[in-house]
Amino acid sequence: MNDTTTTEQEPTPPPAEEVEQPSEAHSLLYRIAAGDALAGVLAVFLAFLVGSVMIAATDETVRETAGYIAARPSDFFQAVWDAVSGAYAAMFRGAIYNTRVDDFQTAIRPLTETLKYAAPLILAGLGVGVGFRAALFNIGGRGQMLLAGAAAGWVGFALDLPAVIHLPLAILAGLIAGGLWGGIAGLLKARTGAHEVIVTIMLNYVAYYLVLYALSRDFLLQAPGSNNPQSLPMKQSAILPKVLGDRYNLHLGIILALVAVAAVWWLLNRSALGYRIRAVGGNPHAARAAGINVGRTYTTVFFIAGALVGLAGVNQVLGTVTSGVTTDLDAGIGFDAITVALLGRSRPLGILFAGLLFGGFKAGGFTMQTSENISVDLVLVVQSLIVLFLAAPPLVRAIFRLPNKEVA
Amino acid sequence: MRLVLRDITKRFGSVVANDRISLTVEPGEIHCLLGENGAGKSTLMNVLYGLYHADEGEIEIDGEVRRFVGPGDAMAAGIGMVHQHFMLIPVFTVAENVMLGNESTTGPLGRLDLESARERVTEISERFGFHVNPDALVEDLPVGVQQRVEIIKALSRDAELLVFDEPTAVLTPQETDELMGIMRQLKESGKAIVFITHKLREVREVADRITVIRLGKVVGEAEPTATNAELASMMVGRPVELVVDKGEGSFGDDALVVDNLRVIDQTGHVHVDGLSFTIRAGEVLAVAGVQGNGQTELTEALMGLQDHVTGSIKLNGKELVGRSTRKVLDADVGFIPEDRQVDGLVGEFTIAENLMLNRSFEMPFVRHGGLRIGTLREFAEDKLAEYDVRARDIDTLAGNLSGGNQQKVVVARELSRDLDLLVAAQPTRGVDVGSIEFIHKQIVATRDAGVPVLLVSTELDEVVALADRIMVLYRGRIVGIVPADTPREKLGLMMTGERPKDVVA
Repeated sequence: MNDTTTTEQEPTPPPAEEVEQPSEAHSLLYRIAAGDALAGVLAVFLAFLVGSVMIAATDETVRETAGYIAARPSDFFQAVWDAVSGAYAAMFRGAIYNTRVDDFQTAIRPLTETLKYAAPLILAGLGVGVGFRAALFNIGGRGQMLLAGAAAGWVGFALDLPAVIHLPLAILAGLIAGGLWGGIAGLLKARTGAHEVIVTIMLNYVAYYLVLYALSRDFLLQAPGSNNPQSLPMKQSAILPKVLGDRYNLHLGIILALVAVAAVWWLLNRSALGYRIRAVGGNPHAARAAGINVGRTYTTVFFIAGALVGLAGVNQVLGTVTSGVTTDLDAGIGFDAITVALLGRSRPLGILFAGLLFGGFKAGGFTMQTSENISVDLVLVVQSLIVLFLAAPPLVRAIFRLPNKEVA
Repeated sequence: MRLVLRDITKRFGSVVANDRISLTVEPGEIHCLLGENGAGKSTLMNVLYGLYHADEGEIEIDGEVRRFVGPGDAMAAGIGMVHQHFMLIPVFTVAENVMLGNESTTGPLGRLDLESARERVTEISERFGFHVNPDALVEDLPVGVQQRVEIIKALSRDAELLVFDEPTAVLTPQETDELMGIMRQLKESGKAIVFITHKLREVREVADRITVIRLGKVVGEAEPTATNAELASMMVGRPVELVVDKGEGSFGDDALVVDNLRVIDQTGHVHVDGLSFTIRAGEVLAVAGVQGNGQTELTEALMGLQDHVTGSIKLNGKELVGRSTRKVLDADVGFIPEDRQVDGLVGEFTIAENLMLNRSFEMPFVRHGGLRIGTLREFAEDKLAEYDVRARDIDTLAGNLSGGNQQKVVVARELSRDLDLLVAAQPTRGVDVGSIEFIHKQIVATRDAGVPVLLVSTELDEVVALADRIMVLYRGRIVGIVPADTPREKLGLMMTGERPKDVVA
């Protein structure tokens, strides 16, 4: 027989006909999560491209020159170039290296800011990404961050301990609080079949009001003698130390994030638990038939996810904003984390890079606004466009005329 | 209608599903399209039906080249399709289903003209002797009759060419015989018929002409007088042994003892109703029956995958009822699930990863919570060779394998442990002839090693070939347990729930 030419790829109709997926949302999630790196890079590229159009369209000079484009088109294109390159150059100066100062130590400061913003995005992104690997959609990042931040913050301002104990204890408290809060969603899904998207969204509200309540009671979190919903500032012994000296804001959170990346990589790729998580995510029916307790896996995944997202909350309270716990401590990170996880294809390394990119957006966005007078909202638009292009692989493929990957 | 397909080529990415396939179907003939799963038969028919667009080639009907943009065009051109999975709405009546998509209305308000649809159903039904009541709800009808509704649907749109896509997969032997009769009748009335199948017996029974397709290409035509072995080797591309080589069994003590097993679902529906049977060590007990008569629930109950199970399942004296799936597997039970795509494999996992699916807790592949990747890879390399899985390497994703190779991965995983019981449900469903041969050999070898085997199959050929004893199920009950040499007619009768006088339940 013609063994030599026979490969595993026998001509078959598109797999969609044969492979029965548990649900459409599930398979969409999996497709995005499992998409290749190229798709991510292209999505980012396209988003920047569309962003350029917006910068140009909203620029005064561009509009002026457009009025006499037929007479002097070179003016128009010069204006477009100036606007777009100016904006992205400003973003570069704000996110990586400030070319306008001579002193290296000052010039490199934006990079440390990027890293500072990236740390919680990476941590929370890992939390969402681990969920994706089990085909679970964790939208509860905000709630998990709030509870974790509140728990870590309480340990941080209320207890008096030497730093070697105080800081780890505060981190641990946040980790566990986030994990338990996430675990609730997992448990509800495992026991009652409640959909995790609904549950985590609702738990965000519960967490918000819970923390708000605690911040209005001085026997809980509120600073004594204050009317503001804010706690006391963190004690010095519980604050994440600066890693590059006092000159920069960069604190230990980034190291925490890097350790978490390595730990999650090991968990997913080298541990039996991670194997089971991926099995459940890939095909819960087959996992169950192979003796894997799917419900328990869901609960475990949500605990791990909540703990990781919780670390992002810890990072904020003990590192970035040490002036005390507030209900704003999540700073939108819980939701940005979803984008980060998607762009990182739920792979730890991918999330690391996606987190760095988004950290850069945050740091650079401000400079773009102050120096080029372009709204920070543009950054949000670019971020959203990235998700849009990631979620519509056929669109990206069509634009770049890539072969249809799903079938091949 | 005379249909000519000329040099049809259809590619999916780099995969060529149809490679310059040419085919002529004359009116009044049954043209069989024979080929293994994944050979490209269904793709070709989907091109014909306007569901896919051919990259190259043309479709000619009665001498005229046609282009179909969608199934609507194909239907208008007189092509009817009887799908493997019926496209019927269960809560509609037969007449409502037949008019669906082609509703005629009367009056200014657009009242549905159900009356003419009923008349049409009655007329077609009488003409071909279908015995279908136009007012019956489809969900109340047996599968064979539902299939006739599909045929009526096509005929009511004046189809001159009917495509039957693996029509017998869901039928009892009797229903299959009836379908053959219907096909002959349609042929006599001048319709052209394309019959897609991989079952050799059926082909030889009704086909006027046979075209064999392998790996997307026409490998040749055959006469209906060709032997099974000839047809099979054309399909597979090498000589195939069709008879399972199975010696006398040497049976030990009762190993699996099932007593009064009942399985109820959440809605209170009884799927398995008081089954009692035993399997001896080294014996294959084959469960025969039409799909949906409790076989799935029986195997799932054995594996701890059903929630509401009463009665007792004792394996070598140990009770299995009430155990979790993991505990059942720990009792050395191997399980080939009936649908590998759903229950057997993780498509996004590599072959190697799939091979440890039910061993993710302990040695040999897990130590101190960490995966032992080296051990797994070595194991996977061995199994790939031993079980003749055709794949580039062990890192190939299971989802990219053909059905037969996927099934070999499942079989390799389950048989590479020391088993005390093998539960094999539809072990060769959707598997090519070559792999069937291999998997059958493995099952026989397992039995010869003294392991009791519970085989569930809806293919009577498979049941007869492998069984030491046959248990026929109907509506969750045992119709009878009979010797392996029981005549097929008798088994077919039992599958409809009738118990011959000489059979004791």
